[in-house]
Amino acid sequence: MTETHGGPSGERGTAGRPDPAADTGHPEPPPRVGFFTDTSVCIGCKACEVACKEWNALPADGFSLSAMSYDNTEGLGASTWRHVAFVEQTVPDTAPTAVPSPEGRTELGLSPVERAGGSAGGEQTEAEETPGSKIRWLMSSDVCKHCTHAACLDVCPTGALFRTEFGTVVVQDDICNGCGYCVPACPYGVIEQRPDDGRAFKCTMCYDRLGAGMEPACAKACPTESIQFGPLDELRERAALRVDALHEAGVPDARLYGHDPDDGVGGDGAFFLLLDEPEVYGLPPDPQVPTRDLGRMWRHAAGAGLALAGAVAAATATLAAARKGRA
Amino acid sequence: MTGETDPSAPVHDSGPTGRDAAPEAHRTGRRRRGEQLMVPRATFDSYYGRPIIKAPAWEARDIAGYFFLGGLAGAGSVLAAAHQATGAPRTATALKITSLGSVGLATAALIHDLGVPSRFTHMLRVIKPTSPMSVGSWLLAVYGPLAGAAAASALSGRARRAGAAATAAAAVLGPAVATYTAVLAADTAVPAWHGAHRELPYVFAGSALTAASGAALALGPRRETGAARLTALLGAAGEAAADHAMRQRLGTVASTLREGRAGRLLRTARALTAGGVALGLWSGRSRAAGVLAGTALLAGSACTRFGVFAAGIASAEDPAHTVGPQRARMAERARMAERAQAAERASEAD
Ligand code: SF4
Ligand code: SF4
Repeated sequence: MTETHGGPSGERGTAGRPDPAADTGHPEPPPRVGFFTDTSVCIGCKACEVACKEWNALPADGFSLSAMSYDNTEGLGASTWRHVAFVEQTVPDTAPTAVPSPEGRTELGLSPVERAGGSAGGEQTEAEETPGSKIRWLMSSDVCKHCTHAACLDVCPTGALFRTEFGTVVVQDDICNGCGYCVPACPYGVIEQRPDDGRAFKCTMCYDRLGAGMEPACAKACPTESIQFGPLDELRERAALRVDALHEAGVPDARLYGHDPDDGVGGDGAFFLLLDEPEVYGLPPDPQVPTRDLGRMWRHAAGAGLALAGAVAAATATLAAARKGRA
Repeated sequence: MTGETDPSAPVHDSGPTGRDAAPEAHRTGRRRRGEQLMVPRATFDSYYGRPIIKAPAWEARDIAGYFFLGGLAGAGSVLAAAHQATGAPRTATALKITSLGSVGLATAALIHDLGVPSRFTHMLRVIKPTSPMSVGSWLLAVYGPLAGAAAASALSGRARRAGAAATAAAAVLGPAVATYTAVLAADTAVPAWHGAHRELPYVFAGSALTAASGAALALGPRRETGAARLTALLGAAGEAAADHAMRQRLGTVASTLREGRAGRLLRTARALTAGGVALGLWSGRSRAAGVLAGTALLAGSACTRFGVFAAGIASAEDPAHTVGPQRARMAERARMAERAQAAERASEAD
């Protein structure tokens, strides 16, 4: 395993650097790889969640029902590295009823848009179907974004988090000391500590499989090719075509998320095609790597430190002058 | 700001099975076609009201306690050197011992939060300028022994030269020890901390100075409290000003500083600090007044840190505080782009 200590990835602002691996000091790295998760074809089967758990031998989350639609996993965490969001929403009747599947792909029975009260379980939900509206489901498999400017990696004090030769971000569990700094640093709320041992865990993009020339387990398991794995450049091209096709087919709400190398994290290694605003899926609409402001923070800390010293100096000088005046 | 993103509006769920959203929230949501055109969008969507970012799993006692103790130690070293230089040796010695004790306790708190103590050594495995925690660990590794040497020399009366050098060096590093913790908190995605990344260091510096002044008032002899009375006032004033600026900056997120546990702690902090400063004025005449004033100042500083900590957690747990400022930022960017475009069109027309 090549270890590097993560350069100041956030400091230089958001100018997208296409090759974070080379930038971190990997000599001649392979092309940067990533995920393109096309949520418009996700059927919410959770094969990715299961495949991830199995391959990475992740502990169970316990058996609990969340009462959140069909989502009992609730979110990404230390032992959930793929999470399928399941959004149930009321939309105007004019919203597109079917999202066309990409060319040459088998259309599966359950399309993301269903009439309320249909065979798909509408009666069991509290979803409101007022006149002029209908219910639709949005499903999306969330994952660590493997940011170009990764906050988790920037703030990790031990070097446990590192940038791999594939441009991904991985935690080394024998180095992590459980300080938990990466947890609030991540602008997407991805990485988490396991309560029993305190160390932090997250998606590795199947670092072990990549090393052996295989694709990550989730992408392999996905039956609809909603999760696509490959060189990031290729994925970005493919995604642009797909979103154009959807717009032409009358799905104006389709948009890419995390694809832009000029965004607040320098672009995500794992990006998405969404059918609604990011926050509907529990994603931040405009994430920024906190370290991009680090220079300014240190300057203010220095200013505050100087002010503290200055206040003490001023107080002692005043006192000395007063004493002299009295003497 | 346009109505498109009113950050003060409550989050509502996009899903009808959401836990928190009242049925009315769905009806006023942007999904209603007819209303959408007439009323601006006044609510945020969220994924069943779940937080977007993860709050730190840090224990308040450990980490907020660490912020407080670091401030007390760092500012204490500065005050100790000042007292030493101005012929107030007993207060100087008391402050040196306070600083050593605080930095010791602070380190213990940090190690306790790691769970497994032996893992602490990993902190000093690398030096990472991008990680305030790494920078801070190294800072403590240098500052701690200096504070120790200063206290040991003052207590034993031996190695006076080395003691004076350690006192001076600890005083130089002291302000950094007191303020770097603000950077540590602000260099996260936590809305109340990151949003206040400019002001937080000044809040922490002021709070640290009031704490150290409190220690001087409580522990020093009556006739040596002159300087600490003044620094308590300056620290409290600086903290109040920075606190005000922080609330202005945070906008709607500032509600996390007013409400709940954080609000209670910060109001208590303000009362204790003001009371301590006022009572400190009598510390020259009455030893009891000094002890009381000092205790109030110390408690006030601790409440400030625990309050800021609690506000951060509250802001992380509410997705509205993550989405609101980001939406506002996007709207601002869009406005700027529009203006630039208009300017371009205008110059083309010329
Ligand atoms: S999404 Fe979060 S955990 Fe993943 S690389 Fe980015 S900052 Fe790190
Ligand atoms: S918890 Fe582990 S991975 Fe996260 S910042 Fe601390 S040492 Fe690094």
